[in-house]
Amino acid sequence: MKLGNVMEILSAKPLSSFVDLDLDVKCACSSDMMSDVLAFPKEHMVLLTGLVNAQVMRTCDMLDIRAVVFTRGKLPSAEALEMANENGISVLGTELTLFVASGKLYSGGLVGGTKDKA
Amino acid sequence: MSILKEEFPVVKMDFVTAGEASAQIKRILKKLGVDAGVVRRLSIACYEAEINLVIHSEGGSLSLEVNPEDIVLISKDVGPGIPDIELAMSEGYSTASDDVRMMGFGAGMGLANMARNADKFRIESKVGEGTLIEMIFNLKQEA
Repeated sequence: MKLGNVMEILSAKPLSSFVDLDLDVKCACSSDMMSDVLAFPKEHMVLLTGLVNAQVMRTCDMLDIRAVVFTRGKLPSAEALEMANENGISVLGTELTLFVASGKLYSGGLVGGTKDKA
Repeated sequence: MSILKEEFPVVKMDFVTAGEASAQIKRILKKLGVDAGVVRRLSIACYEAEINLVIHSEGGSLSLEVNPEDIVLISKDVGPGIPDIELAMSEGYSTASDDVRMMGFGAGMGLANMARNADKFRIESKVGEGTLIEMIFNLKQEA
């Protein structure tokens, strides 16, 4: 699906200065632990998280994750948002919990990452 | 002969700059035109190593050596060392504090993830002295 579909399914709002609605999204990873995210990398992955610090964007930069959704109405720190804008990472925010947001995307056809070599 | 050799210092418990060395290394490799898959695996392993240096060590460095056939990444610190490497390598085992977990790290996946992403992985550690991790990433496809 496209990031625009993710936005619609999650009733999400754009938080970064640029959001690529046409971005291909093939799988998702939901976690507040960046260590776990690093262990499940996959291409065209969207990250769902409640962690709001700059290390979220650093992790995305390392894994080439181009889209992040902050759940439960949480807002990323100014530093995180700045890093997202600098690195062209699309950032969305939803009021849904991490569990519900993950469930909605899974029902919508997104799969999870696997613990293979990146 | 190496194409490039560079060392990047990493500061203990500095979460503001944590990841900057890895980001810099990733940029260098992309600029050199290294295969995207190798850059991705190396970036993950490098970031894991850098975070470990920030969280667990008294400070250290990452050094990058790009050769025609492989890339060697070395993480070196000045302590405190790992008492039981086998235990530290097992997924889920972590000695990280709650503060570190609040930052999103310390899930106990780091060393195993480095080993998974590198083509060769070697770790040496001495309690009270420090830890050295050597990771090699092949540039030439194996037949």
